[in-house]
Amino acid sequence: MELTQSRPPAAASGPDKFDSVCAILERYSYQPAKLIPILQAVQNEYRYLPEGVMTYVATALKVPPARVFGVATFYTYFALEPKGKHVLRLCDGTACHVKQSIPILEALRRHLGLDEKNKTTPDMLFTLDTVACLGACGLAPVLMVDDVVHSRMTPAAAVKLVDKIRTREQSAN
Amino acid sequence: MQATTELPAKSAAAGVPPSAARRVIVCSGTGCKANGSEQVYAAFTEAIAAAGLPVVTEFKHEGHEGAVRVTKSGCQGVCSQAPLVTLLPEKILYMRVTPDDVAEIVRETLGAGRVVERLLYRTPVEDKACRGPEQIPFLNRQTHVVLRDVGYLDPENLKEYISLGGYEAARKAFTAMTPEQLCAEISKSGLRGRGGGGFPTGRKWEAARVQPGPKKYVICNADEGDPGAFMNCSVMEGNPHSVIEGLMIAARAIGADEAYVYIRAEYPLAVKRMRQAVTDAENAGFLGDNVFGSGLRVHCELKEGAGAFVCGEETAMIASIEGQRGMPRPKPPFPAQSGLWGKPTIINNVETLAQVTRIIRDGADVFRRVGTATAPGTKTFSLTGHVANTGLIEVPFGTTLGEVVFNIGGGVTDDSGKVTKDCFKAVQIGGPSGGCLTKDHVNLPLDYDSLRGVGAMVGSGGLVVMNQRTCIVSIARFFMDFTQRESCGKCVLCREGTKQMLVLLDNILEGRADETTLPLLEKLAVAVQKGSLCGLGKTAPNPVLSTLRYFRAEYEAHIFAKKCPTGRCKALVKWVIDEEKCKGCTACVKVCPVNAISGEKKKPHRIDSAKCIKCGECVNTCKFAAVVQGA
Repeated sequence: MELTQSRPPAAASGPDKFDSVCAILERYSYQPAKLIPILQAVQNEYRYLPEGVMTYVATALKVPPARVFGVATFYTYFALEPKGKHVLRLCDGTACHVKQSIPILEALRRHLGLDEKNKTTPDMLFTLDTVACLGACGLAPVLMVDDVVHSRMTPAAAVKLVDKIRTREQSAN
Repeated sequence: MQATTELPAKSAAAGVPPSAARRVIVCSGTGCKANGSEQVYAAFTEAIAAAGLPVVTEFKHEGHEGAVRVTKSGCQGVCSQAPLVTLLPEKILYMRVTPDDVAEIVRETLGAGRVVERLLYRTPVEDKACRGPEQIPFLNRQTHVVLRDVGYLDPENLKEYISLGGYEAARKAFTAMTPEQLCAEISKSGLRGRGGGGFPTGRKWEAARVQPGPKKYVICNADEGDPGAFMNCSVMEGNPHSVIEGLMIAARAIGADEAYVYIRAEYPLAVKRMRQAVTDAENAGFLGDNVFGSGLRVHCELKEGAGAFVCGEETAMIASIEGQRGMPRPKPPFPAQSGLWGKPTIINNVETLAQVTRIIRDGADVFRRVGTATAPGTKTFSLTGHVANTGLIEVPFGTTLGEVVFNIGGGVTDDSGKVTKDCFKAVQIGGPSGGCLTKDHVNLPLDYDSLRGVGAMVGSGGLVVMNQRTCIVSIARFFMDFTQRESCGKCVLCREGTKQMLVLLDNILEGRADETTLPLLEKLAVAVQKGSLCGLGKTAPNPVLSTLRYFRAEYEAHIFAKKCPTGRCKALVKWVIDEEKCKGCTACVKVCPVNAISGEKKKPHRIDSAKCIKCGECVNTCKFAAVVQGA
């Protein structure tokens, strides 16, 4: 394909990652109908959707960049900002909400120095977000740390969990 | 303990092979996994082998008589007591099992035939120990159709599904029944869509069947976005093949050769099990170019959603599968006429399809035996919130709210989790599109029509129980916040109207409202209902309207007295210390994050309201209930 000149800037991607973007596009046969699974796969690679990469995907699929940006901003799954190494997703579904998930959110925000706008810690270790429902309502309130669901959370337990991860990370460095 | 050769109730009709007699079933639904059931499973295989007993983890018919089968299952129902382990043939259900308990279970129950009392379920009020599903009111008062094999069969094992009669219905549909007969059978069953709308499934199919071919599509709606509902998740995790089979039958009934499962990405386990089920069904030759030798082809593809509630709406889901933003379009044309890529398409909910499998297998008459005349059959609900037994339930339509909350749910709990009389306030049914029910509705039969009559709806089946300490206005705000965030933005009244409704609700909750607020809120609610294209906008004001209908006084207390009757609304609360109750223990001083509490030891303390951020830590900490709401 004649797309090499629209290669994304080097800052947005290492060469290995760019190769895998090409492999993803190849795997979905450059079909615009597969835009959502393509972006999902790209995000799994970068942990977010860098602007340059989105433009490249648009060019490769021969669709306007606006279409790609439109889809990327429409669905909450997609992140346009880099996420922290560990993603904390606090469930704020109805069941968790009535079982007091908000005090947990407030405690975590206070502890990590985050607020509604700043969701990632400056050291890029944690991103804190809420999610509509994780499907573990019987064990509300729940907190998902990366891929693991923690049940029957309290503000104190959540803070402890975060500290444990931080200690582990520090001793690893 | 007497040995019994009787088969477990859940699979009695399905004929479990005798080699399955001795079996340890570890629940591996999302909830139990979150509480360490994987480790429990590993501990069982190790401990049984260590005890010198033969272990089988695979499904095998012969050659393993006497071996202990250790398998995983989908949701066993009592999620509040996770992780769960069922032992067959005794039908013992152990709760909150940890890897440390496993050696004792192997020694006592498997080895000596004794029950480990401390791991049994105890009824919340009488504190009576229950041996197994047949003794536990939460389980024995339910009627399982869709959930019949969920919690028993190994969801990752196609052979076991087949041994329980699986894919017989699909075989019948492709080899012995015509599309007309299939549509007629589903129409006769009276099955209505389980995703919320309650539209007759047979009529939907018939509309697509009569459309000219050859290209048609079927879609399984597995985008369970309603916060507080996890029924579809549990069905897919516990019996994925029953959904795939239903989807195949739907394809046959309308003449489609391509099927999609649009599944929520937030359910990683359900995605994994559905994906494996599709692959296994393909490898077994059930899905493919020549289904059951009929010469017909059906291919199935999984599509992971990307987190947009509106995609549960049919036309938005179609747009999303086509790779667009998930925005609904006007109907007609209905998807049955012009859907995916402009071709006739039907979209059915996970539970609807699982019911289809049972209807074609057992016949419409069997299906109609339970439920009501206008809403036959059973419905799954996820029972959550302030209720003793939270979990997944299935009951016939027409079951009363009281039966569900008090008998199956075991009663309403206070904030400490104890069942308390008279603390029932409301039940939110149908999520952000639904409404609330109060203690006046305890005898109300749950079905489509009676719920619509009181301003609520079945919705997908989320039942969230709330106790007296729940502020109803903030619950209405919670749903409004959800819908305004999830509004796709196409219709002005939905996009802007929900946002303004949220502002009005915040005014009420933060003490800025006056006598003009409620009339404006109600006017706006009606405008949003009327001026929106799709179900999301049309139903978004329901939680507000329904809570206003039953709890108007609570709204008015916030507006006129500037008080929250539950004391939960921070902006309206003023915490003070009751000097007579305060013992001066200083516990509150230690927890106050802003040093707003002062006082000498053993003397009454006081709160500086200028410094107080109303976090409520002191209220939770005080052992003497001395922190109270001021005037």
